[in-house]
Amino acid sequence: MTDMANQDAFVAFERVQKSYDGETLVVKDLNLSMPKGEFLTMLGPSGSGKTTCLMMLAGFETATHGAIKLDGVSINDISPHKRGIGMVFQNYALFPHMTVAENLSFPLEVRKMGKSDREAKIKRALDMVQMGAFAGRRPTQLSGGQQQRIALARALVFEPELVLMDEPLGALDKQLRETLQFEITNLAHDLGITVVYVTHDQTEALTMSDRVAVFDDGRIQQLAPPDELYEKPQNSFVAQFIGENNALDGTVQDISGDRCTVRLDSGDLIDALPVNVSKSGEKTRVSIRPERVEFNPQLGPDAHTLEAEVLEFVYMGDVFRTRLRVAGRDDFVVKTRNRADQVRCAPGEKVRIGWLPEDCRALDAP
Amino acid sequence: MTDATAGAVPASKDAKPGQMVAADGRPLKESLNRALRLQKMRALMLIAPLLLFVLLTFIAPIADMLFRSVQNGIVSETLPRATAGLSDWDATTGDLPDESVYEGLYYDLFIAAERKLHTRLGSRLNYEMTGMSSLFRQSGRSLDDIGDVYFDQFKDLDKNWDEAEPWAALMGDADWLQEMQAWKKADGEMPEFELADGMEKLLPRTAETYAAFAVFAQVDEGKSLLKEEPWVLVHTALYQDLMAKDVSGYSGPQAEMLKAADAAVSGFESVTFKDGMNAIDDDWLSHTVWQTIKTYSPEFTNGYFLNAVDMQKTPDGPEFRSENQRIYGLLFKRTMFMSLMITGSCILLGYPVAWLLANLPMRTANLLMILVLLPFWTSLLVRTSAWKVMLQQQGVINDVLVWLGLVNDADRLVMINNQFGTIVAMTHILLPFMILPLYSVMQTIPPSYLRAAKSLGATNWTAFWRVYFPQSVPGIGAGSILVFILSIGYYITPEIVGGTTGTFISNRIAYHISSSLNWGLAAALGTILLAVVLGLYWAYDKIVGIDNVKLG
Repeated sequence: MTDMANQDAFVAFERVQKSYDGETLVVKDLNLSMPKGEFLTMLGPSGSGKTTCLMMLAGFETATHGAIKLDGVSINDISPHKRGIGMVFQNYALFPHMTVAENLSFPLEVRKMGKSDREAKIKRALDMVQMGAFAGRRPTQLSGGQQQRIALARALVFEPELVLMDEPLGALDKQLRETLQFEITNLAHDLGITVVYVTHDQTEALTMSDRVAVFDDGRIQQLAPPDELYEKPQNSFVAQFIGENNALDGTVQDISGDRCTVRLDSGDLIDALPVNVSKSGEKTRVSIRPERVEFNPQLGPDAHTLEAEVLEFVYMGDVFRTRLRVAGRDDFVVKTRNRADQVRCAPGEKVRIGWLPEDCRALDAP
Repeated sequence: MTDATAGAVPASKDAKPGQMVAADGRPLKESLNRALRLQKMRALMLIAPLLLFVLLTFIAPIADMLFRSVQNGIVSETLPRATAGLSDWDATTGDLPDESVYEGLYYDLFIAAERKLHTRLGSRLNYEMTGMSSLFRQSGRSLDDIGDVYFDQFKDLDKNWDEAEPWAALMGDADWLQEMQAWKKADGEMPEFELADGMEKLLPRTAETYAAFAVFAQVDEGKSLLKEEPWVLVHTALYQDLMAKDVSGYSGPQAEMLKAADAAVSGFESVTFKDGMNAIDDDWLSHTVWQTIKTYSPEFTNGYFLNAVDMQKTPDGPEFRSENQRIYGLLFKRTMFMSLMITGSCILLGYPVAWLLANLPMRTANLLMILVLLPFWTSLLVRTSAWKVMLQQQGVINDVLVWLGLVNDADRLVMINNQFGTIVAMTHILLPFMILPLYSVMQTIPPSYLRAAKSLGATNWTAFWRVYFPQSVPGIGAGSILVFILSIGYYITPEIVGGTTGTFISNRIAYHISSSLNWGLAAALGTILLAVVLGLYWAYDKIVGIDNVKLG
């Protein structure tokens, strides 16, 4: 990240570290900058530090080291209620002793807003989430999805420029989640607000975000738009964490420009795109997406292919999922589209598989 | 028709149209009840031992105790004739009751004195009017004076009137007399006395009093009627009977003796009962004495309750006592005030502790919880006495204050044997009862509410006051009800550290139970206390809602 980007950034983490016990770092040297209006998702397994980052941004946790800047100003020492950041919580955190309208009125009242202004804003915010008819209800009288809409409206009603969402859809069923994903994204873009969204659901991350920051072990492993993240993972963790992935371990035998040859631990040779490797003899793990593998490939004359044995064939409707034994591993998966001329393998069958070298990424060995 | 379709059609005449029926045509409700009956019976059997135990050892005694607050049978039971006579007497005119009432009083009092019941009545009436106790005791001792007048004259007439056997022969049934003469101690129980036929008509008063004497002698004293001379009361009765009745037709046993007496009585010296009672104690001519007896002669009275609210019964209806005699109103007010103070200070001290408990990490919270519960492991008496050590004038706190120079040695603070001491000690003792419900309610308030409030722009105080506090109110309610109800009936601590100004109504109740033995008044005070607590509970339910109270 250049200095230039940092100056434009609306939200910036600069060399942020966080430790709870003084012995281990939960967040290790975090650098991140977001332009205004971006929808950024922090994705990662639990314990990866993503929620801690969000809480530091909200002001509920203090950074042990480094600076967090909002619109160019360090907010490390500003208390949460002065930051003007909207927040949606995982369990919604709607105040149970207030009605929906009172919940929405709360942030406006503490800002000493007049009654008529408040009412207009509450009405607009409720209409925005299609909950206009529920102003007089108590949160406990609403369903989970409705509560989430109210929580969203409450976080937006005082018109913050930055909204944080901490796994807001975690407790909802799949269908509702998909509807709300769509609504939240639309709303964020329509209002032009900047959103930091935390989730451990990769589908959610990929469908909603402008950019996704993949967290693991207190670091951002990769920060990229969803397509880049899926197609061009920068390391084995990201490749494994996002989507379905075939991983094969081996050693770089020969490297030249954007091509390399990898000798797998089983002795077979394959072609790959060097990503995290620079010289021959290096240990590597290659990653190939299941849908990029071809049966009986028609490739160039010097391309390497692998012998495979079909272990399982699953008919999934739109796709076929074939599990193979390849190079001594029996968890190699190939996904093929259901077409009239598509190969339908039977278990026990021997096939040859191959791929384009640029689809096979030679990443770091774990 | 199959079972499956029977459910839809009423197949039995038990079922009304439109009613759901089970497969066998019975109404569905009935079938359900039948199916659940066994379960209910089993559940009932499980709680039966406890229910019975509580009913017998707790609820019944309390109900009996509370019933004493209106019970007043003792006056009419001890003085049946006098109170019957008094019912016609108008207490407002200032006239004394008739001679017939005095006569009834004499008979009643004589029998009561023989059975040693007159002093109990004296103490009972002494609650209402001082001096009654000694009047009854004194009268019981001197009652023979009236009877002796007649007894002496009968004895002078015929020695047999002072003998047991002629009396028994005269009054008793012939068969009974034979059995009695044949009876020996070894035979066990004495044959029960039976009155001779016609004696009730011939000599009604004598028969009645002799029967009373017979029961007393045989049952209470276990003595033979052939050896025990009757009370002088019987002679008085005989005199009255002979004056009023004609016994010339009598031909039973001892007829001669009786007829001789009948002939002589008209010449007997006599005394009116009124004069007789006056001679024993001139208080019997006091209008207020009779007024008091009449006022308290009904079997049930509101007198104890009036007493408990500083009022008294007068012929003109209930009236407040004079200012210097009122104490219970003050005590009730003080009890309420101090209980409120204790509840208030428990909230003030307990709320932050409960908050800490709910928000500290588990390990630290557990340690703190032990500190909160520590007082429970010490005897209540020890804790209260410890406060005595702390607060007294030569106590720890005063010593420290004097040593620091904050207080002059000459005027050490008075912190015990007054309201201050009671409030301090009881706040300490009842604090856990406030902290525990508060803690369990606070534990259920997720910290994300406070965070949400702050992220919405609320300051720490606003977030606490508008978001956290309202949600902890059920805990405050539960704790307050607990502490208030416990403190309103507290006894030991105010007794030890309360002195005279820091005691509760419960101390007064204890005094009436164990010292003054005025159980009726104690019961009335207890009933009022119970009613006040229930009333407050009801008010709380109306205002806050009892379903808002959470103990956890």
